[in-house]
Amino acid sequence: MVNTTDILDALAKIVEEVTGIDSADVTTEKSFTDDLDIDSLSMVEITVQLEDTFEVQIPDDQAAKLRTVGDAVSYVVNHHKAGRP
Amino acid sequence: MTERAGAGHSRGRRRVMVTGYGAVTPLGHSVDETWTAMLAGRSGIGTVDAIDVTGLGVRIGGQVRGFTPGRYMPPTVSRRADPYAQYALAAALEACEHAGLVVDDRLAPRVAVIIGSGYGPVGSIYRAANTLRDKGPRAISPFTQVTTAMDSAVGEISMRLGTQGPSRAQSTACASGADAVGAGMRMIGHGEADIVLAGGADACVTAVDLAGSGNARALSRRNDDPTAACRPFDAHRDGFVMSEGAAVVVLEAAETADRRGATVLAELTGYGASSDAHHWTAPHPEGRGACLAVEAALRDAGISGADVDYVNAHGTGTLLNDAVETAVLRKVLGDRVTRIPVSSTKSMTGHMIGAAGAVELVAAIQALRTGDVPPTVNCDEPIDPDINFVPHRAQHHGRLRTALSNSFGFGGHNAALVVRAI
Repeated sequence: MVNTTDILDALAKIVEEVTGIDSADVTTEKSFTDDLDIDSLSMVEITVQLEDTFEVQIPDDQAAKLRTVGDAVSYVVNHHKAGRP
Repeated sequence: MTERAGAGHSRGRRRVMVTGYGAVTPLGHSVDETWTAMLAGRSGIGTVDAIDVTGLGVRIGGQVRGFTPGRYMPPTVSRRADPYAQYALAAALEACEHAGLVVDDRLAPRVAVIIGSGYGPVGSIYRAANTLRDKGPRAISPFTQVTTAMDSAVGEISMRLGTQGPSRAQSTACASGADAVGAGMRMIGHGEADIVLAGGADACVTAVDLAGSGNARALSRRNDDPTAACRPFDAHRDGFVMSEGAAVVVLEAAETADRRGATVLAELTGYGASSDAHHWTAPHPEGRGACLAVEAALRDAGISGADVDYVNAHGTGTLLNDAVETAVLRKVLGDRVTRIPVSSTKSMTGHMIGAAGAVELVAAIQALRTGDVPPTVNCDEPIDPDINFVPHRAQHHGRLRTALSNSFGFGGHNAALVVRAI
């Protein structure tokens, strides 16, 4: 069972690894493109790593809707096997 | 800047100066470190430990050791850049700093980048293929198309420095670095650019490349004595040593260098290239193509063989190359070749493939500037006793005015460069 904090921590670590952005700056209200300035290619890498880490599927049309860090965390919470209601 | 009527000048062609250079080699992470090691006769060849060598017949190579990408680029770049591109970027940054070159808005459209590479980002290509097989297409990074492209080195350099002139990769095996410099020289000569960052890079100390070149019987098998493995012009040579690295030189139109107040290190006066049209790995037995390239370079420089004061030979340490190259030098330079130093710095660096021609051009220019000629280590029993192969130890030769740098490659590619002291 994973909780929101675990997901945020893991996502922040992935973002740091892929983009070099300090993981401390990866907070829920931040927009991937507007605030963190992450380009589309890096976003694909982050999405794939998030999928691998939490065993979720993030189809391209869904990935496009993940505007903020918080959106991504919520998506994983709602679609992670163990997290499903 | 000292002005002297050059051959190109006399024909109304723009003169091309070298105003800076950088290098990453098995001997060091800068030109200074590399040159100091060369003059000391130190070998950069050792047992390969960066990859798994299990089952390989050849387990020695010239690795770039202790390279820290973070010193030269942010993690976003080092993650997407193959080591060959990382070395090229590091060498380009050193070259720019050396040349005092700042690519501002006014200069940017007139600055070009040409990097030659024999094999390019091979390690990353192999890795991507393995990822596809083991984890499927979803696991292939979207950066793969950047990372595994032959032009990734020039792309990184151009983006980092903001150069807006043409940027391109070219590949002519072991002649790639020399051909890139030659192409840069022509680009300036024809007014396509005023400044060109030109050079070569390769990072092919990989299991596939060691196996392939090893199976072609091109590599030395002295696994137990790595520093003695590369023996150019020695009777007991048994092949070249696979190596990696990069070098970039700043080529600049004389008037641009003058306007910038740049220190001119040498004048690049001649370039010639040719093809053997004979065999994939063996040179033409009479060195037909090599002769053509050297003759063309001398002609381009407006000089004859009698004007050459130093030859930085291709000198790989293979049976065929060294015998043919010696015959070619005798044919093109005549008796002159018995009165000047001829050395192969590959004896210490190993064969950096696409980087070799660029690193060796830097060594040739350093020799012109200092009068110090780097040695051919391991040349115990010279195959031509009348030629001074500068065995074992560096020699001081006082005033050297003109140097010739040879690069001959698989596929029959031949390139020669002529540089003149300022």
